[in-house]
Amino acid sequence: MIAREAAQGVRAGRVRAATRTAAAATRSWRRVRQLAYDVTGLAVAVVMLFPIYWMVATAFKPGVDILRLEPKWFPNPITFQNFQDAIERPFFLDDVRNSLVIVGVMLVLALLIAFLAAVATARFGFKGRNAYLVMIIGVQMVPLNALIIPLYLMLDRVGQTDALAGVIAVYLAVVLPFMVWTLRGFVANIPAELEESAMIDGCTRVGAFFRITFPLVGPGLVATAIFGFIQAWNEYIVAYVLLSSPNNQTLTVWLASFTTNHGPQWGPLMAAATLTGLPVVAFFLVLQRYLAGGLTAGAVKG
Amino acid sequence: MDMAIAPPDLEPASTRPGLFRTRLLPYALVIPSVAVIGGILAFPLGMLIWLSLQHYGLRELIQHQGDWVGLGNYGAILVDPLFHQVIVRTLLFTFACVALTVVLSTLVALLLQRVSRVVRVIVMSSLVFVWATPVIVSVDIWQWMFDYEFGIINYLLTQLHVGNFIHHNWFDNPLQGWSVLVVVVVWGAIPFVTITVFAGLLQVPSDLVDAAQVDGAGPWQSFRYVTAPMLKPIFLIVICLSTIWDFGVFNQPYVLLNQRPSADYYTIAIYSYRESFGVTQYGLGASIAVLMVIVLVIVTLFYVRETLKVAEIQ
Repeated sequence: MIAREAAQGVRAGRVRAATRTAAAATRSWRRVRQLAYDVTGLAVAVVMLFPIYWMVATAFKPGVDILRLEPKWFPNPITFQNFQDAIERPFFLDDVRNSLVIVGVMLVLALLIAFLAAVATARFGFKGRNAYLVMIIGVQMVPLNALIIPLYLMLDRVGQTDALAGVIAVYLAVVLPFMVWTLRGFVANIPAELEESAMIDGCTRVGAFFRITFPLVGPGLVATAIFGFIQAWNEYIVAYVLLSSPNNQTLTVWLASFTTNHGPQWGPLMAAATLTGLPVVAFFLVLQRYLAGGLTAGAVKG
Repeated sequence: MDMAIAPPDLEPASTRPGLFRTRLLPYALVIPSVAVIGGILAFPLGMLIWLSLQHYGLRELIQHQGDWVGLGNYGAILVDPLFHQVIVRTLLFTFACVALTVVLSTLVALLLQRVSRVVRVIVMSSLVFVWATPVIVSVDIWQWMFDYEFGIINYLLTQLHVGNFIHHNWFDNPLQGWSVLVVVVVWGAIPFVTITVFAGLLQVPSDLVDAAQVDGAGPWQSFRYVTAPMLKPIFLIVICLSTIWDFGVFNQPYVLLNQRPSADYYTIAIYSYRESFGVTQYGLGASIAVLMVIVLVIVTLFYVRETLKVAEIQ
């Protein structure tokens, strides 16, 4: 620490000396450079956002304005007809409900199970801990696509194809490893001394855990919940293979089958896509400030 | 900085005498996750291998009983020229996507460090938006943007005098079609990688970079010799995950080509799916899936080993 402070002192001295000599020239050069960085940054944002803007803009355009050789950059006049068409298509509300049920049930179970495992691996040394962690990492290497066939056959045998429970179980297993790994980083970040001092003050071990560690892990739970929500809400192929009847499907399957025999109707399709993406974006935007830290907690803590 | 701090291990908990309950507690805590992961992922993985050694078609599905063929499925697949084509194509596609994703994301992350606060918030929000967009939604968007008749891409390219793209169908030519798929995948992958790398960059002490610059290092040198080595664990994880995701890509080609992709647009995952559910040869499909996992393990082995090494050191 002392060495670091000394280094900072030396650095500050150097900076001061430098400013005195060539202040003006550097300042204008810096301003140009900063402007170049900012403009490039804005260009990146525009390129990334444009497809999403184009979806929303198309969703609000009347049909004649969509099918134009020279596109209209802004929707004018605005219409809600596309959204109405999308919502009125068969099974929309059924599939919204299915998606919500699947994601909701899965998330509650996943957070509970992952939290228990995270506490075990971050707070206790036990035989098999390393083997368990290797399994957690290793399982993430297996591509889900490769398991579709046996998953289908397995669930077929117990009569859980075309049932939400089967999909919930699969999503749970897919999301768990990453959740355990990330939450482990969060729990490990909270000094065990906090718990110990609460115990000295008369808390039981369990009491100390729920009063001290649990509230501090809150952001971690939120970050992993976002991850699980996105994974499950956006998943397509498992739901596509396992859920065959249209009133049992999820929103992504509904969206993917939107194209009619006459080719896609872009207006309603873009409106439907907007509606499908909306819950995720909302969920994400509300909670995103917990996320960046959450990822690295899992990644770097090891 | 806190990368170096070891996670607290409460060894005393297990060594405290007489606490039989505490000694069993960690096992009780991990059992639910082991049960779920084992039951839903490990068991099917075993079943996949078993299935790949059988002739298992529609008749066998109804009877719940396959015909043992040993390595017959593998023999059939390995001499199939389409399989060779598909695997080479999937590997090239994965390489292109991962390389582009990591390079572009690192550049954006470095840029994020240098822009002013307002711009950083704007760029971050745009990344978050893209990140949250479901893959199926993004596929629909890009399909619309690359539409041969009214797509905005064709219009823009024509307006910018890149060439005459009016009524240009991007999927007639597989090379162009795959380029579109790379764009779709990389666009969707950039946010996660950028935000992860950026979060890592924040942990690189600025003193170190400053010191390198005082010692005369240029921007490239200070990145190459100071920043990049400190970000190694993050790069490893990001490359490893991207490789797994991109190698198993299914949704983008499948949905972009209206759920009826021609053989030119098969990835290994689509090929396996087609053999299983299209022509109901579950045994053949399973053997393709096993080969897919094997190739993936070989490709990612290096990253996994390095990642575990980094995790152990900490």
